[in-house]
Amino acid sequence: MATTTSTPVAATSVSTQRRPRTGYLLLLPGIAWLAVFFVVPIITLLITSLQAPVPGRSGVYTLGFEVSNYADALSAYWPQFIRSFVYASIATILALLLAYPLAYFIAFKAGRWRALMLVLVVAPFFASFLLRTYAWRTILSDEGAITSFFNALNLLPDNRILNTPIGVVLGLTYNFLPFMILPLYAALEKIDPRLIEAANDLYARPFTGFRKVIWPLSLPGVVAGTLLTFIPASGDFINARLLGSPSDSMVGTAIQVNFLQFRDYPVASALSFILMAIILTVVFIYIRRAGTEDLV
Amino acid sequence: MRWLRRHLIGIIAILVLVYLFVPIAVVGVLSFNSPVGKYNTSWNEFSIDAWTNICGVPGVCSSFVLSIQIGLFATLVATIFGAMIAFALVRYRFRGRDTTNLLIFLPMATPEVVLGSSLLALFLNLAFPLGFWTVLIAHIMFTISFIVVAVKARLQGMDPRLEEASRDLYANPAATFRYVTFPLVLPGILGAALLGFALSFDDFIITFFNAGTLVTFPVYIWGAAQRGIPVQAYALATLVFLVALVFVLVVQWINHRRRRSLEAAVGIST
Repeated sequence: MATTTSTPVAATSVSTQRRPRTGYLLLLPGIAWLAVFFVVPIITLLITSLQAPVPGRSGVYTLGFEVSNYADALSAYWPQFIRSFVYASIATILALLLAYPLAYFIAFKAGRWRALMLVLVVAPFFASFLLRTYAWRTILSDEGAITSFFNALNLLPDNRILNTPIGVVLGLTYNFLPFMILPLYAALEKIDPRLIEAANDLYARPFTGFRKVIWPLSLPGVVAGTLLTFIPASGDFINARLLGSPSDSMVGTAIQVNFLQFRDYPVASALSFILMAIILTVVFIYIRRAGTEDLV
Repeated sequence: MRWLRRHLIGIIAILVLVYLFVPIAVVGVLSFNSPVGKYNTSWNEFSIDAWTNICGVPGVCSSFVLSIQIGLFATLVATIFGAMIAFALVRYRFRGRDTTNLLIFLPMATPEVVLGSSLLALFLNLAFPLGFWTVLIAHIMFTISFIVVAVKARLQGMDPRLEEASRDLYANPAATFRYVTFPLVLPGILGAALLGFALSFDDFIITFFNAGTLVTFPVYIWGAAQRGIPVQAYALATLVFLVALVFVLVVQWINHRRRRSLEAAVGIST
């Protein structure tokens, strides 16, 4: 996701010469698709979340205004909501800490290796998400080197990583890391390297130069990257299922189970709708505060 | 010690790259494993059985082919729609620009469970049968936004003077588009399409909600997990990864060569 602050002049000088009707025609198919298969489903989700059960027929619901579905969903699944947001927040912070040095290196120090390193960053997308997550089961297994190492230092509360919240958070961090690296790189790459030289000249310590010059200029990338990591992480149920124990389940798990196994569509829809509402609220407050509205 | 301080960022960067590749390496190594029992999670002994008999387990290849088909169809449609939107956003003035931008942004700001479950809610309420078409519809929907963003970045990064030059030389708008704009944007569109294919091919969550009894490659892996994922799935995943990586590297290399020879022709030394 490129946070664009580029050439409005160029855009307008070309666009003014063209008729708006062609613009609408270009938009029509894609926007219509999104309207029918994104907006309408969200409205359907809201309607479904208010439906009432038909007595005597399980899995069948009629139009209603059962606001209590929301109360049921929240009272049954509030721990899942809290876990989702806590796990996703920790994973996002870890991903930022890992991604920043790599993005910084690619942007300023990689030289002729830059293009190759960017390819390597997106390369994991070509390997199966599920199998990569399974691979972590092997890497973090109870007999494995990593678990033994941390156990020798007595650092693990449950003496294991697999099937604990730590495993889930590690999986989330890993799986969504490229989504953090790419926007960070896009923002850092726009910074004039001479600014860094100037900062190094002006501030005694390199860290001060970083804090006062580079970090503020990279903020659009930090905002985009943290959102692109936090959003999928908070809705994920694969990592919790494969790397956690049943008591580490997240809200995604609850939505999936209620929709596809219990066929309790109203409660599942209510959960889904609450999740979306919370995330959109977080996103808009966050973008407002960070002052970068132009995200797309 | 000074050496370490100077190269600290580089060392961390390399370690993070290694971290990204560790699980992929594990998948690759396990594709040459002959597991004890049904779970292919720990190393036993070397075997190329899965590679020589890659379709040897029922369902694994058919699900793989199905994922490629869905990926290609979804990418084709989403790339055309997405590139059109990107052109409209960068090159045309129209009312409702903010709404359009929001509509592109929202699917990316919505977790996959919500996208998947809301589409399922729609299909259930319409009593629309789940299967190939519902998965295809879903994949087109969630890839469009990513394609718009990628193509838009390319269009905005283009030097406007090239198109101006074309117009100054009396090319009509169609000719300018055909001979200047389109060739310049094409690499961006192809890159976006590759991203779209990768997203579609590997999607599990949205697919799982809308697949009904349809089994794509990720759905196959998920289902097989209970009884043990066959080694063949590891081999296929490794194969996809290697083919894609080689493809991207070759494209990069050709671009690099072409740029070098262009620069040499114009006499710019870098």
